[in-house]
Amino acid sequence: MSPRLADVEVGHELPTQTFRVTRADLIRYAGASGDFNVIHWNQRIATEVGLPDVIAHGMLTMALAARVVTDWLEDPAALVEYGVRFTRPVVVPDDDAGALLQVSAKVTALAEDGTAQIAVTASCEGATVLGRAQAVVRLA
Amino acid sequence: MALNPDFVGRTYAPAGSYLVGREKVREFALAIGDDSPIFRDLEAARASGYADLVAPPTFAVILALQSSRVVVRDPELGLDYSRVVHGEQRFAYARPIVAGDELVVTTSIESIRTAAGNDMITTRGDIASLDGEPVVTTWSLLVARGAEADA
Repeated sequence: MSPRLADVEVGHELPTQTFRVTRADLIRYAGASGDFNVIHWNQRIATEVGLPDVIAHGMLTMALAARVVTDWLEDPAALVEYGVRFTRPVVVPDDDAGALLQVSAKVTALAEDGTAQIAVTASCEGATVLGRAQAVVRLA
Repeated sequence: MALNPDFVGRTYAPAGSYLVGREKVREFALAIGDDSPIFRDLEAARASGYADLVAPPTFAVILALQSSRVVVRDPELGLDYSRVVHGEQRFAYARPIVAGDELVVTTSIESIRTAAGNDMITTRGDIASLDGEPVVTTWSLLVARGAEADA
């Protein structure tokens, strides 16, 4: 059931989720999004430009982090605004384990217009990968 | 080389329209591992009051990418494409994108600044239906890393 404004308080924590990201996920996301930047699938080029390895699309990280919010909302129309800074790359090794992205979120403010502000935290191997990740949602 | 701040306010008319395909929506939902029925199951989407499959919120990146490419490839602006990284992304939604939508993006340059030798340019894409209904606004901060080698 969708969360209701009356049931939500500042500090309310949304259910945390962990996402596994493998090289196959990057290929699939490249096709789906149209972002074929080689650093997301070619290790040779990625290391040539100074990256430790192939990195995930920032937008894929952003999409996975959004799921913590939209899974909680249930209705995607309740998402009013969503923004992130890409502060650190998610490095995706060439193995079956890939990278693990951990995402948590909590309500940081409630406005009189019925919207709530949510701060999202995404981290990989203990380091945050998104900065100022925030969503504004409209609750019934 | 610092970008010319006179380009702030420059607007680019839509290059064409984008028809949101039902299978593209499914493909995108699959790519982000989201199995919410309204993104995949037509009956579930309709039961929730939508005309067709709903696109996940970040589906708008497809249009945002097209929009920022217009700016990045503007020869007069002179941004070095090989040094551009995506610094920030933001979306503001008037409503969800739904399969069957035919959308156009009007792109503009919202700000240009230089910090620590990097050029930072914020592009804005106003995504609307063909009859002008606003759907999503997208902001992308593109960072062109300064190259010490060129200094």
